[in-house]
Amino acid sequence: MHFIINGKQVEASFDLRTSLLDLLRDHLGLTGSKKGCDQGACGACTVLADGERINSCLALAVQYQGRSITTVEGLADSGKLHPLQRAFVEHDGFQCGYCTPGQLCSAVAMAAELERGVPSVVTADLTAETIVLGHDELRERMSGNLCRCGAYNGIVEAITETFGTQPAVHEVAA
Amino acid sequence: MTPFTYARAGDVPGAIELAGASARAKYLGGGTNLVDLMRETIEQPEALVDVTGLSRTIEAKEDGSILIGAAVTNTALASDRTVRQRFPVLARAILAGASGQIRNMATVGGNILQRTRCAYFYDDAAHCNKRVPGAGCDAIDGFNRMHAILGGSPACVATHPSDMCVALAALDATLHLAGSGGARSVKLVDFHRLPGGRPEVETELEAGELIVAIELPPLLCAQRSTYRKVRDRSSYAFALVSVAAAIDLGDDGSVRDVRLALGGVAAKPWRAWQAEAALRGGPATEENFRAAAEAELAGAAGLRHNTFKIELAKRTITAVLSELAGSVA
Repeated sequence: MHFIINGKQVEASFDLRTSLLDLLRDHLGLTGSKKGCDQGACGACTVLADGERINSCLALAVQYQGRSITTVEGLADSGKLHPLQRAFVEHDGFQCGYCTPGQLCSAVAMAAELERGVPSVVTADLTAETIVLGHDELRERMSGNLCRCGAYNGIVEAITETFGTQPAVHEVAA
Repeated sequence: MTPFTYARAGDVPGAIELAGASARAKYLGGGTNLVDLMRETIEQPEALVDVTGLSRTIEAKEDGSILIGAAVTNTALASDRTVRQRFPVLARAILAGASGQIRNMATVGGNILQRTRCAYFYDDAAHCNKRVPGAGCDAIDGFNRMHAILGGSPACVATHPSDMCVALAALDATLHLAGSGGARSVKLVDFHRLPGGRPEVETELEAGELIVAIELPPLLCAQRSTYRKVRDRSSYAFALVSVAAAIDLGDDGSVRDVRLALGGVAAKPWRAWQAEAALRGGPATEENFRAAAEAELAGAAGLRHNTFKIELAKRTITAVLSELAGSVA
């Protein structure tokens, strides 16, 4: 079967039960995407399919033939980190790092959704042409990516610096 | 996961033919629920027919109705300009569900056919009449905080998890189905079944039948509509109780038209017919909203851990209707 992974044409053959995540990790050696819950609850496996973020653990690989898949390995440009990756380093957007590839891919696609005017449940005016990535919008839109270390403040700062339109406001944790 | 064959359907007749070739075929949309259920071996299809290549169009018609292809993704439907302007309750309900990633994958047809998230249904060490007919129900005397307060039976108290369907129930949506016996239409409110003695039969869909499209009729009151979801965390969690509501007020402040449906309370999206009847024509006051909620929940029955849902549902209905009645259209 034919795939386009991080811009490269790839041929692969595998058992039909293989998830896109297992295809990437176990067959193609792209171990950046992580297996957390394997049931769509944590977001560690997030990759982009034709630019849209998806949970690769819930995706049967066979369904993604011919689609353009981008993993965390494909975010950097010729060895130069993506601005969001640099911001994650700058703002301590991780501790153990296990959720980070999913956070990065998710945030990159989230920014594109915002650009397209995709609303969220906290968007007050559904008919608005443009949506500001404030604190509530950011946290709602990134709720599909869990960080069990609790590095959320750094994650929010890094995403805000890269894609935000207003400074992050810190919330005191309960 | 048990082995299966895979085929991608090019059109509706092709999909039905492919599915008809196997007694245990399943249509595959985004896979966000089915793949998970297959991994748990709760679903064991021997053939998957991928229907994500079928209709992905959203057609706004001149009469004000909308025809939504079943393969439209949840994100695409919630982002659609016409839906956001004319049916805000639908956009808000979809956006209240799942995560950005899952909404990108999940189709409208698959959302309607998703199965309960009852933990005993998923746990193969537990008894579940839905998973193994006749096995018993461990939820009824188990941890049942998330379970039904309306329409349950001694066999099953699971809830339908969809947010989108609650809005579709309120909006009088019709499902267009196709199968080897031809095409037919079923109203969404009649599509999902209450458990009774057969909780394993969840919908009116017949073997091999496919949801092709969802039609929303023109509905003036839908312009003033919203969805509120009460849950254990503020995002990415299933509803304890949710309310989809639309209201149209007369010049004298009376309720000219109203649509109301509840989520998280039953095995199906719960259209609040009794509350609507109590509201229609009466004054749009908080007192009347509360009385209508009382009427709808009069038949509710709580389990050990979810009796709180009855009062929660009443308060949420009252709050949502008050908010809508107070807002400028």
